Amino acid sequence: MGAAVLALMVLIAIAAPWLGTVDPSLFDAGSRDLLPGKAGDITTLEGETLRHTFLMGSDSYGRDIYSRVIYGTRVSLVVGIATALLALAVGIACGLLSGYLRWLDGILMRFMDGIMAIPAILIAIALVALWRGSIVTVVVAIAIPEIPRVTRLVRSLVLTIREEPYVEAAVALGTPTRRILFGHILPNCMAPLLVQGTFTCAFAILVEAILSFLGVGLPPDVPTWGNIMAEGRAQFVSFPHNVFFPGIFLAVTVLAVNILGDGLRDTLDPKMAKRV
Amino acid sequence: MTPREQISPPDPLGAVLAIRELSIALPAGAERAEAVAKVSFTVGRGEIVCLVGESGSGKSVIAQSVMGLLPKTLHVAAGTISLLDENITRAKESRLRQLRATRMSMVFQEPMTALNPVIRCGDQIDEVLRFHTDLSPVQRKARILDIIREVALPDPERIIASYPHQLSGGQRQRIVIAMALVLEPALLIADEPTTALDVTTQAQILKLILDLQKRHGTGVLFITHDFGVVAEIAHRVAVLRLGELVELGARDEVLKRPRHDYTRMLIGAVPTLKPHGRAVAPEAPMVLETRGLAKTYSERGWFGPAREVRAAQDVNLQLRRGQTLGIVGESGSGKSTVARCIVRLIDPSAGEVRIAGADIATLDARALRPLRRKVQIVFQDPYRSLNPRRTVGEAIIEGPLNYGTPRAEALERARRLLDLVRMEGSALERYPHQFSGGQRQRICIARALAMEPELLIADEAVSALDVSVQAQVLQLLEEIRTRLDLAMLFITHDLRVAAQVCDQVAVMSKGRVVEYGPAEQIFLRPQHEYTQALFEAAPGRGFAFGSAPSTT
Repeated sequence: MGAAVLALMVLIAIAAPWLGTVDPSLFDAGSRDLLPGKAGDITTLEGETLRHTFLMGSDSYGRDIYSRVIYGTRVSLVVGIATALLALAVGIACGLLSGYLRWLDGILMRFMDGIMAIPAILIAIALVALWRGSIVTVVVAIAIPEIPRVTRLVRSLVLTIREEPYVEAAVALGTPTRRILFGHILPNCMAPLLVQGTFTCAFAILVEAILSFLGVGLPPDVPTWGNIMAEGRAQFVSFPHNVFFPGIFLAVTVLAVNILGDGLRDTLDPKMAKRV
Repeated sequence: MTPREQISPPDPLGAVLAIRELSIALPAGAERAEAVAKVSFTVGRGEIVCLVGESGSGKSVIAQSVMGLLPKTLHVAAGTISLLDENITRAKESRLRQLRATRMSMVFQEPMTALNPVIRCGDQIDEVLRFHTDLSPVQRKARILDIIREVALPDPERIIASYPHQLSGGQRQRIVIAMALVLEPALLIADEPTTALDVTTQAQILKLILDLQKRHGTGVLFITHDFGVVAEIAHRVAVLRLGELVELGARDEVLKRPRHDYTRMLIGAVPTLKPHGRAVAPEAPMVLETRGLAKTYSERGWFGPAREVRAAQDVNLQLRRGQTLGIVGESGSGKSTVARCIVRLIDPSAGEVRIAGADIATLDARALRPLRRKVQIVFQDPYRSLNPRRTVGEAIIEGPLNYGTPRAEALERARRLLDLVRMEGSALERYPHQFSGGQRQRICIARALAMEPELLIADEAVSALDVSVQAQVLQLLEEIRTRLDLAMLFITHDLRVAAQVCDQVAVMSKGRVVEYGPAEQIFLRPQHEYTQALFEAAPGRGFAFGSAPSTT
């Protein structure tokens, strides 16, 4: 179910140019604040004026909200997935080291505790403010506060799995530490990590929207759901569609990713599966 | 007076529990349609009926159905369960709750999980009384102290104020029994109550159950897989096989003159306590020698001095090629610690471990590497000793690949090894979860042998297996030892198993080797009092197991 909705979102993101959209940055002074479904003029970059139906209305610059929301899907998904991958990659590396190398454990984990003590959104805002907004900085900024969570999870898994007899047998078989970590321990960590990854992804999509909404994320001309909502906030009472449509997309996407995560957890966890 | 002499014939008056034609359906897609099929038997007042069977025989399911504790996926398909002439097959939960503890109660295998870890033992017993009686707090306290005294726990006032983790395993099981019997139920169901306990503790608990049931005239349904335990306490025996009752009869009748082939096979598979008495070559080269081996764990607290736990002390063992040395002991005796020091899964604190003459106790990882392959180990739990995400083939060739054997050659050898442990070559591409416990243990043996070791360590390698499978794996190990002329270090808590395979035996207690010598001497003329106590406690000493009983 979650996967189906998510697949639809990915499809929308890829097929954005063919879904009856116009370039999301186009605007026309004559078509400002149109209600959903109204038609109006829009000027292309070449200076031509087209007749266009504004499915979701237009904003105060006369930009097509439908096009912006559809193109915004791309940004959100890219940010979500890239953040999850980055957080997982760094978290797995730190977690494996921390769980397997005793001497590193104390230092690394106290550092992670330090990061966890600061609210995630605060770190993200501070980092983006420091680096200027772009996709890369937003992804890195959201991933950093997520890394300690992944690290802790991996570390606890490693601590359990390293005591398993099959790991001890591998030691007795003379398998080098590196291959024990990547051949025996990591594959058996994957199930909970995948689940954690989906939750990180959902959280990242949400945080990206929050950052943009607060005006500290991507620059305002980039079509992201947060930016559209931020732009529409001023006239929310008279033109609610400005906030409504991107809001719906955001809610549905985050929900879909979370449902996907729950589903993955149930299918990957043998104990849960038996209970059916 | 030994426990067996106390057994009196059952009182013929009325059955406490009567099970008639009971069938319990398994969910669709299971390997068989019914967990239990048309089983009928009764438990009389003051009678102990042993329900015996291997894993998957449905014996625990019967207990759960009586208590109304069946998992939601199972349901009674046909038949009746009557408790004191009341049909409780489809009793409502509210009625069952009234009956539990007052008319029937249950003792589980693992006392630690049967007790709530955050409630004092006394309060846990009090809960039963509060729910089912109108006694005043003072009366309840008196009753609790009475029952604690009855289960022979010392210092009752201290015991009822203790939390479960402050007591030993045997003491916890006594608390569970006290809780089960405090309201004098007519029926006690004991589901493998001594399986998780050491053999000496087991003997005490069995005696306690016998004493109590005799004094109160309780009917006992005793579930076990262990024929030794059956021989100790049963009046009658019911043998289950894959959900079907294959034999039901008086204890001596079933144990000495089993009628069904399956019963005969099970009893025949129980190892004897007599040493095998095989001749050994005394001058074979020494494979393993430990001198003053010790392992101390120290726990450094923030305040006060460090606490030291001596897991093993001054262990001196010698093992020659082609011989089997057994290390026998109860849990916490340090026998596994010694094994893990020899494989260098843990670093010894002191002493020498000589493998074929070279001391490996203090070698660093690099220097140890070439010697690693000479010592291989097979663990107890077949379900955890294979990586679930690797095929059997990958598991077996892992070691040889580490030492530079080409892949094709390693796979070819893996195929031959599977043949040696009597498994199909097609197993190579399959995953561990597709195999049974016994098959997995064979795979683990093949994995160890792939390294062409000189010393094979079996750390409780057959303890988790059913008795019939255990017999097969033991036979296989024996065969491999002879064929490959291996030295084998066999670690076990089970004296019967040790008697069957060992040439030399070291008995360990509290980290020390208390008696060490040829198996014949240890088994027939034990010197140390601890060894003697172990033999005293071995259940079913009086019966000659192993030699297949005569067919009449």
